[in-house]
Amino acid sequence: MRTGDLSVLQRPNDRLRRRRVANRGMELLAWLAAAVAVFFLGVVVWSVAQRGASQLSFDFLTKPQQASGGFGPLNVKQGLANAFAGSFVIVGLATAMALPFGILIAIYVNEFASRLVRSAVGLTLDVLNGVPAIVIGFFVFGLIVVAHGQSAYAGAFALAVIMLPLVARSTIEVLALVPDSLREAALAVGAPRWRTTLGIVLPQTIGGVLTGATLAVARVAGETAPLLFTSSLVATGTHWNPSQALQTVPVAIFELSDSADPADHARAWAAALVLILFILFASLGARWLATRSRRKIARAAG
Amino acid sequence: MSQMKEEPVSASSTIEHAVRVEMKRQPLPPRERLEQVFDIQDLTAIYGSKPALKNVSMQAYKNLVTAVIGPSGCGKSTFIRCLNRMNDLVPSFRQTGTIRYHGQDIAAKDVDPVAVRRMIGMVFQRANPFPKSIHDNVAWGLKVLGMKDNLSERVERALTQAALWDEVKDRLKASALSLSGGQQQRLCIARAIAVEPDVVLMDEPASALDPIATQAIEQLLHELKTEYSFVIVTHNMQQAARVADMTAFFSISRGEEGERWGELIEYDATEKIFTAPSDKRTEDYVTGRFG
Repeated sequence: MRTGDLSVLQRPNDRLRRRRVANRGMELLAWLAAAVAVFFLGVVVWSVAQRGASQLSFDFLTKPQQASGGFGPLNVKQGLANAFAGSFVIVGLATAMALPFGILIAIYVNEFASRLVRSAVGLTLDVLNGVPAIVIGFFVFGLIVVAHGQSAYAGAFALAVIMLPLVARSTIEVLALVPDSLREAALAVGAPRWRTTLGIVLPQTIGGVLTGATLAVARVAGETAPLLFTSSLVATGTHWNPSQALQTVPVAIFELSDSADPADHARAWAAALVLILFILFASLGARWLATRSRRKIARAAG
Repeated sequence: MSQMKEEPVSASSTIEHAVRVEMKRQPLPPRERLEQVFDIQDLTAIYGSKPALKNVSMQAYKNLVTAVIGPSGCGKSTFIRCLNRMNDLVPSFRQTGTIRYHGQDIAAKDVDPVAVRRMIGMVFQRANPFPKSIHDNVAWGLKVLGMKDNLSERVERALTQAALWDEVKDRLKASALSLSGGQQQRLCIARAIAVEPDVVLMDEPASALDPIATQAIEQLLHELKTEYSFVIVTHNMQQAARVADMTAFFSISRGEEGERWGELIEYDATEKIFTAPSDKRTEDYVTGRFG
């Protein structure tokens, strides 16, 4: 390359100036878009925190709701422990159902299926992901609740249907990131496909799978509609038995916000704050787990 | 690969020198007396509708190093990946012809590719160690194949054979990814030979390595061929001249409508290929007039 005329470096001409302006402009737009997203998140968190923080207390987390309709003893401290317990049970069960299925679907699609099957399953997952939650709630209502009544199992099943495409999709994506050279390396020593997948490919994806699972948990932890159909007619008090309908945080928020009592509204805000905090810590925890497992893989203890 | 690009004239003289040095080792017995490991007949390999390789017929022999040389795109890699069914992973891949391995056609549909690869190991162009410890890289295959007795001795033996033991014996638990490129490639060789295959295929094993690491790997081939048979793809002619007993020259043929495919031009003892090739195209290639 000729380096004869370097004066161009000192004397910016018009075209260079125009490019610089365009560059700055694009940078600014991108920055603004990011700022708007952060701004709205900030507004939501702040308004929820402002309205709900005053209600947050130890009792709020540990005492159950009283019966609605004013039949409960007056001035008794009440909380939402029943809703937290129910959400914990239902989301936990849903994760236990959706996670293994989602991972198996992803393994099949990415490691074994033909190209045609792969795109067909991918499309199915996208459609399932696009089905409104209320439709899934209604589907589970017809499938389970009509015959067996409401239960945490039915609610968990509905949430699992929502989680399944999220878990499967994110696992497919991380599996696709594992380089083929690793699969070839494993196959070349004479390992069968399933050993290659379980022993070499899957451990590479633990971080991504956990992150995807956490996002799915965060998504369904706030789902209300499917639970209205499947687990909303609840007994008072804190219960853990999944064969009966259990109160959940989003359904509690929904009901409390409909109440005539302003104290109930404040409780709804506080429950929303707890939900947001849970999602925040779950995401942070997932990240921590992901980096830890990645470092562990890199250090290769297993 | 700049160190391998030299002037044509000096390149050919270097090769001849390498061949002469090489020939001091041992004369090859006549081919009829050698034991065939591979007998390949009319192998044609097709990706989608594009033939990558047409009508290749050649043999590879026990305890010899067989090199496959040729310009980029001549189907060398496709060829060697046919020998352990690695192309099965490519959805659009098809092949015709037979590849007899000790008399058994391994290209046949009813042959289990996993069993084939268990006998015929492979080392790849880019070192691809598992993201596990050095020890586990070698031990994983052993565990999968149920060779769990004397695991640590087997690992040590493989690493010693791959001339890596002294460098890693104090840090077997360290990640394989902490090794240098040349060490990683030797680890991959250790991983391949740990499971005691019959043949080791090498697809340009030194193309991403510096000359010293390359030399180490070539030295390994010399030492290991008493135990294994090797088929090695290389685009470095000096390397073929240094390590190979037999050399196959592949080149690109062009059809009337501009289609291109790889073809076997000439296959003979390495000395013959580099000093007295019978095909003009081979001569042009090894003297640096082409490719």
